[in-house]
Amino acid sequence: MNWDALATYGPRMLQGLVVTLQLVAISITLGALLAWPVALARMSRSRLLRGVAFGYMYFFRGTPLLAQTFLVYYGAGQFRVQLEAVGLWWLFRDAFFCCVLTFTLNTAAYQAEILRGAIKAVPIGQREAAMSLGLKPRQIFRKIIMPQALLIALRPLGNEVILMIKGSSVAAIVTVFDLMGVTRLAYSRTFDFQVYLWAAVLYLIVVESIRRIWDKIEHYLTRHLRTA
Amino acid sequence: MLSFGPDGWGMQLLQGTWLTIRLALATLPFGLALGLAMALAKRSPNRWIRAFGNAYTTVFRGLPELLTIFIVYFGGQIALQKFVSLFSDAPVEVNGFVAGMVALGVVFSAYASEVFLGAFNNIGRGQYEAAYALGLRPSATLRLVIVPQLVRLALPGLANLWLILLKDTSLVSVIALEDLLRKTSIAVRVTKEPFLFFGVACLIYLALSMISSIGIVAIERWANRGLRRA
Repeated sequence: MNWDALATYGPRMLQGLVVTLQLVAISITLGALLAWPVALARMSRSRLLRGVAFGYMYFFRGTPLLAQTFLVYYGAGQFRVQLEAVGLWWLFRDAFFCCVLTFTLNTAAYQAEILRGAIKAVPIGQREAAMSLGLKPRQIFRKIIMPQALLIALRPLGNEVILMIKGSSVAAIVTVFDLMGVTRLAYSRTFDFQVYLWAAVLYLIVVESIRRIWDKIEHYLTRHLRTA
Repeated sequence: MLSFGPDGWGMQLLQGTWLTIRLALATLPFGLALGLAMALAKRSPNRWIRAFGNAYTTVFRGLPELLTIFIVYFGGQIALQKFVSLFSDAPVEVNGFVAGMVALGVVFSAYASEVFLGAFNNIGRGQYEAAYALGLRPSATLRLVIVPQLVRLALPGLANLWLILLKDTSLVSVIALEDLLRKTSIAVRVTKEPFLFFGVACLIYLALSMISSIGIVAIERWANRGLRRA
């Protein structure tokens, strides 16, 4: 163990971990809000809405997150004059904001696909039963379809959170000091390979904890589906 | 600017794309073999081998791909250097392509082993018993009865992993490998047209996955040829 390096960079790596978690928490939450309208548009009766949602999801699911991040972070520079005109340049100058924006758009596309699959997986009889009870379409969606779809979506959504934590490490390449960013900095200063292993341990702890917490949540939320 | 002439960047992007494709294609057999080995390890009667297989999966599915690439690249360099210094003082340089291939292959195999494991579990015991009743030797059972079904069952999962692999190759651009994204970054530095070039790079990645999807449909049709559905 290199105790000197640990004393110097250990606390900074923990700060980096906090940045990683912030980045993921903000992106996942905003992405979840955006995913609903996208998923509904994808299943809409309007051909135009369907097409737009399909194109959006296809683009963000088919291209690398790193390329998307470059597109937003460096690409924004090309529109500096326009962005300054609308007073948004200070936002796009900030690497953290650019990452949040990219990750939100990216995870929203994945989450929308998960939601779409989950909504389609709810048996049609549920809708028919609700209709025969005289519920309005809005009520059917809110009280019958949505709760069941969310339960089906729970596990893939947990996987998406984990994928996002891992994927967020690309933020380091556009100068955000998340866990990966601090680790790269520490390596470039100390040339001690250990720092990468510490980072690996931290990532594993976070991913495993989230997986376990998610299992607990799922176990609790599906308790009515289990027979005693 | 995107032309193939002397002042166009078309040729550069094409070269980068070619490297991306080569890297993904080189990783695939390595990752598949390692994934199958890990799946067999997780089915092993020996509990230490089983524990190793499970730990391998947990670690490499939990680490960010970017971190795995750094660990293989820098760690491999140090390990090789130590090994070589036993014999000579020559400095060692790890080949970026090989490092990228190993790192991506390790990640691929961790996910692929789960796909294979699921496929194994979906092959009924009756298949083994029937092969035994026909007098097939264990090796012939595996080759003639199990593997053809395994391929069919694992294919959707593996196809998904291939598309992920194709996107993950972009991460090797950080270890000085001249892949598509790296070439694009160079073009951007010179031309100062980031939006255009990164946009084009994204479209090339999209095209690659579209072409892959067509190939996957063809392979799936081939793998399902013996299957009749109602």
